[in-house]
Amino acid sequence: MTPLQPFSWARFVAIARKELVQMRRDRLTFAMIVGVPILQLVLFGYAINADPKQLPTAVVDHDRTVFSRSLVQAVANTGYFRVVAVPAGEDAADRMLERGRAQFAIVVPPGFGRALQRGERPALLVAADATDPSATGNAIAALTTLGAAALRHDLSGPLAALAPPPGPFEVRLQRRYNPEGVTQHNIVPGLLGVILQMTMVMMTAFAVTRERERGTFENLLATPATPLEVMTGKIVPYIAVGFAQATIILAAAKLLFDVPMLGSGALLVACMTLFIAALLALGFTISTVARTQLQAMQMTFFFFLPSLLLSGFMFPFRGMPGWAQALGEVFPLTHFLRVVRGVLLKGNGAADTLPHLWPIALFMLAAAAVALLRYRRTLD
Amino acid sequence: MDRVIDVRGLTKRFAGRTVVDAVSIAVARGEILGFLGPNGSGKTTTIRMLCGLLRPDAGEGTCLGFDILHEAARIKREVGYMTQRFSLYEDLSIEENLDFVARVYAVPRRREAVEAALERLGLAARRRQLAGALSGGWKQRVALASCLLHAPKLLLLDEPTAGVDPGARRDFWAQIHALAAEGMTVLVSTHYMDEAERCHRLAYIAYGKLLVTGTAADVIAHSGLSTYVVGVAGGDERQLAALASALAQERGVTTVVPFGSTLHVSGTDAAALDGVRDRYAASGAQRWRRAEPSLDDVFVRLTQQAEDNYA
Ligand SMILES: Nc1ncnc2c1ncn2[C@@H]1O[C@H](COP(=O)(O)OP(=O)(O)O)[C@@H](O)[C@H]1O
Ligand SMILES: [Mg+2]
Repeated sequence: MTPLQPFSWARFVAIARKELVQMRRDRLTFAMIVGVPILQLVLFGYAINADPKQLPTAVVDHDRTVFSRSLVQAVANTGYFRVVAVPAGEDAADRMLERGRAQFAIVVPPGFGRALQRGERPALLVAADATDPSATGNAIAALTTLGAAALRHDLSGPLAALAPPPGPFEVRLQRRYNPEGVTQHNIVPGLLGVILQMTMVMMTAFAVTRERERGTFENLLATPATPLEVMTGKIVPYIAVGFAQATIILAAAKLLFDVPMLGSGALLVACMTLFIAALLALGFTISTVARTQLQAMQMTFFFFLPSLLLSGFMFPFRGMPGWAQALGEVFPLTHFLRVVRGVLLKGNGAADTLPHLWPIALFMLAAAAVALLRYRRTLD
Repeated sequence: MDRVIDVRGLTKRFAGRTVVDAVSIAVARGEILGFLGPNGSGKTTTIRMLCGLLRPDAGEGTCLGFDILHEAARIKREVGYMTQRFSLYEDLSIEENLDFVARVYAVPRRREAVEAALERLGLAARRRQLAGALSGGWKQRVALASCLLHAPKLLLLDEPTAGVDPGARRDFWAQIHALAAEGMTVLVSTHYMDEAERCHRLAYIAYGKLLVTGTAADVIAHSGLSTYVVGVAGGDERQLAALASALAQERGVTTVVPFGSTLHVSGTDAAALDGVRDRYAASGAQRWRRAEPSLDDVFVRLTQQAEDNYA
């Protein structure tokens, strides 16, 4: 009597091959693999890609000197600001901000010119509607470097001593409504995690429920294939899918959005593998619990929404109350976002990344354990 | 190992309802056992317990010499199980389906085995056709071929010929008999009486209880039924229907089964049945002819009895 093998490579390969063929045949799945990343990148890209110029600006000039006029001219010359109104007072300017007629309100205080001449570094008040920070970020950056150039001309002769550094005046910025200025560089790497999460969990969640619905699961159970072989055979093909998606997203990040990629590619690939494995383990767990594909879909979304909201992708993580942060720490996406942003944007190395990896690994082990416990060898 | 299937007292409950009730089955090597019974009587559940897909709540026994409770993994390797529902992968081609099964069962010289199966099926030219696009008869042939790829010693076939045309059914039974002659043991569930008659032995289950087992002749002989074939003059349909409902009311008549232009009228009490015949035949409008009860008469009677007792 031949011994029973606990894990047969041949059976694993058989199942993985079958999954790949089925995946290729299923147009909807295939469309999801390629279409979802592109669709999401384009959708989010509209909000991100824009480095908007000619933003409507209200200028309140209480000073009315040669200096204030030069300053306003220079502000307009940056290209980011378009002076749409010159209201008499701050109240009117605030109302314009409120109604969205202006993105910025620039207030030149009375005595600005005189104070400037005395070298008192007067303050220029800029109020920005930062609801959409990606729309205001660059404009604000342009404004802060403006001081030097704008007044060089007027600060000649005895006043030359007032020329930078430091700037001849101070820009006091109030970012309203969204304190943590999220930028495209923050969002696109985040999108990598979000897209992987959505497709990976959903596709594996369908892996077993589809067989159950179509009646092929009984045959699969009647074969000698063990739960571990079925699970790995159904998961591994999707790891390849995950990497295909990641490649699409990262290429787009580089080409379309010019996201910096400072850290090591190998490190990123290693972290991505772990993240994808955790998601697939979760998807497989769902598929052992759900009876139908509809249930699998519902459970996927039940997981997807809180993890999206609490991971720091949609809202700044540090802005959330303590309990929400604690809950957020459970989700692999939360940690993966930190990893990707760290590696891509800050050039973090393995040592900086490790603290974010073990929670993902823990999640994966827990999900895989539940899956193996839940996967029954019988139809009971 | 004389008995390929030898189980006693198999019982299965779903949510407190006993679906299979203390069923004992023994099947010898090379035997074809026909498994009969109305829908929902527990045939599929029993078959699933035999191959380790369901855990019995009570009972014990062996399948291919392996304990059904603890050695399911070994049983699975040597059983060919054809499920009631067509369950090849519809989005895989015929060849891919066979290849998958051959890989999972680690069939030696896989390519040749798949090739040979395709040749035998006469599907070598259509190997790339998706299994979902096959007609009922072809699906059944491919499903059977895929059960046979790993050269099992026992075949468990759950209503394999449901929805299959007579030609394909004839071919199917010829193949089953050829396999049995080579030593294959077969347990096949069916609703067709002509198929029941092709089995070496029969087991009839109703409401989870195994009511009889034995050869078709045994089952008929032990039924205790006497049967008349009754025809009406001119074979008038309406008269026949009226007669059937009248006879069904008579004491002494247990079942009335229409058979073409005749009725099979059976009873367990031969004298009482003869009394009924004498009264009805006196009118001269009907012909009453004594006959052997058919399997159908017996099974209709058994099901009625089971209904009276358990339902
Ligand atoms: N997994 C299950 N859960 C609950 N009830 C079931 C399950 N499988 C079968 N049954 C019930 O058990 C009874 C017997 O079913 P089955 O074995 O399929 O009968 P058959 O194959 O003879 O038609 C039916 O009433 C069916 O509804
Ligand atoms: Mg059935």
